[in-house]
Amino acid sequence: MFDAASNPPSFWHNGPAPGAFYNFPGTRSGPGDFRQHSQAPVTTATSIVALTYKKGVIIAGDILGSYGSLARYRNCPRIVKVNDNIILGAGGDYADFQYVKDLIEQKIIDEDCLDDGFKLKPKSLYCWLTRIMYNRRSKFDPFWNNFVVGGIQDGEPFLGTVDKLGTAFTDKIICSGYGAYIAVPLLRDALEKNPTPSKAEARELVEKCMEVLYYRDARSFPKYQIATIDEVDGPVVEGPISVVQNWDLAHMIH
Amino acid sequence: MSVLCPEIPPPGFSFANCKRNALLESKGFPVPKATKTGTTIVGIIYKDGVILGADTRATEDTTVSDKNCEKIHYLAPNICCGAGTAADTEQTTQMISSQLELHRLYTNRVARVVTANQMLKQYLFRYQGHIGAALVLGGVDATGPHLYSIYPHGSTDKLPYTTMGSGSLAAMAVFESRWKPDLSEDEGVKLVRDAIAAGIFNDLGSGSNVDVCVIRKGSVDYRRTYDEANKKGVRQSSYRYPKGTTAVLSTKVINVEVVDVAVHQIEPERMDTA
Repeated sequence: MFDAASNPPSFWHNGPAPGAFYNFPGTRSGPGDFRQHSQAPVTTATSIVALTYKKGVIIAGDILGSYGSLARYRNCPRIVKVNDNIILGAGGDYADFQYVKDLIEQKIIDEDCLDDGFKLKPKSLYCWLTRIMYNRRSKFDPFWNNFVVGGIQDGEPFLGTVDKLGTAFTDKIICSGYGAYIAVPLLRDALEKNPTPSKAEARELVEKCMEVLYYRDARSFPKYQIATIDEVDGPVVEGPISVVQNWDLAHMIH
Repeated sequence: MSVLCPEIPPPGFSFANCKRNALLESKGFPVPKATKTGTTIVGIIYKDGVILGADTRATEDTTVSDKNCEKIHYLAPNICCGAGTAADTEQTTQMISSQLELHRLYTNRVARVVTANQMLKQYLFRYQGHIGAALVLGGVDATGPHLYSIYPHGSTDKLPYTTMGSGSLAAMAVFESRWKPDLSEDEGVKLVRDAIAAGIFNDLGSGSNVDVCVIRKGSVDYRRTYDEANKKGVRQSSYRYPKGTTAVLSTKVINVEVVDVAVHQIEPERMDTA
């Protein structure tokens, strides 16, 4: 005979309940763990345009922080000198860029404190950033950025990029965001005709790209920064520079 | 009903096929997803007229289905339409081409580009973007050279230079940096060729060769394969084995002798239906 009121004894304890989420034992989870997963970027920056020239690297990007479709912060510089060998530019979420920038700055300070004559090299920073970005994406909590690292290593110019998925590669021409669709074709064509431009030629190319990007990217701004690094002048970050705009076309459109 | 006067289609949306489509879907035949075919098509206005350019790759998802297709369609003797991004552009341009011819006969005048533009946009708007035709329309008529870009939903832009398709950003970058008013024909053709080349080499949906069409007052110059940007590679050497590579050990020849040739008529037997 059975007791209608009693439930059958459970087969196992502390196991998954049908239909409910189950926290596997061993993972860190607690009341304070309100980590966001795969967040959405808030204040964003648009493209970065970068290329290597003869014995140097040039990186440029505008100084707008967009809040969705609102051009909210018109002075958000995002190209920084890391040390005498390296310059870094970033696009994407501005808050994540500021956080990573602080991490890098602390690393430079720690290195200065060691006072052993060694300076962080571009390839090392590039490698370290790749690991940070990939590990964050593997935890579903990415830094929503696209970093462009430029510098001189062993006398050769180095240019690499890492994105929020941890995809990393090096190339002579690197552009992120809309720059990848608009600036890369222009730069590829120019470098095919002139594989090692001089600093002035490279600068002219970059200025042209920033002009075209201002015409065609809806989240761009006519003021931008340019950073160059080579053995002669070292790292130099200039800005803000204004785009020379040509609106003669307006009279031809009816 | 006069044959020469084209019937003005009723205003508003044409829901003629909706009931049939719903019935088919319920029977298990959903509307096929329109595959986007990548393209780069461009047009510019130069000193004496209009120059249109297009790549020649037709894609089916990630495969190239046609290496050398024609994307510049004919609309009227003085108007050519660079069409891209969908297969029904072919039908749309043919239909508008016949309507334009009827219109030309009815009015006894050379067709104007703005007429073609109106016909195309009214047709596309009626289908609310379901006809995925994105067109670059260019031509020279009595009022001068004109260039329009027409989008699948029916909006149009009248511009001195325009690009469409997946390679449009690469091509537009070239135009924005190098276009200026009153280009000569050679400069214009070079600019168009460079813009299409930018699309071909930087966009995966575009490729193969460059077609160019120059339209001036009184003449059209359709340069099919103006620039063969991607030549098929030539094989360095032959893989054929020379005679004697495999040693012949023995040979045996058997001749087939024809003894007798005879013709027999065979009567078809009646079928046995018993």
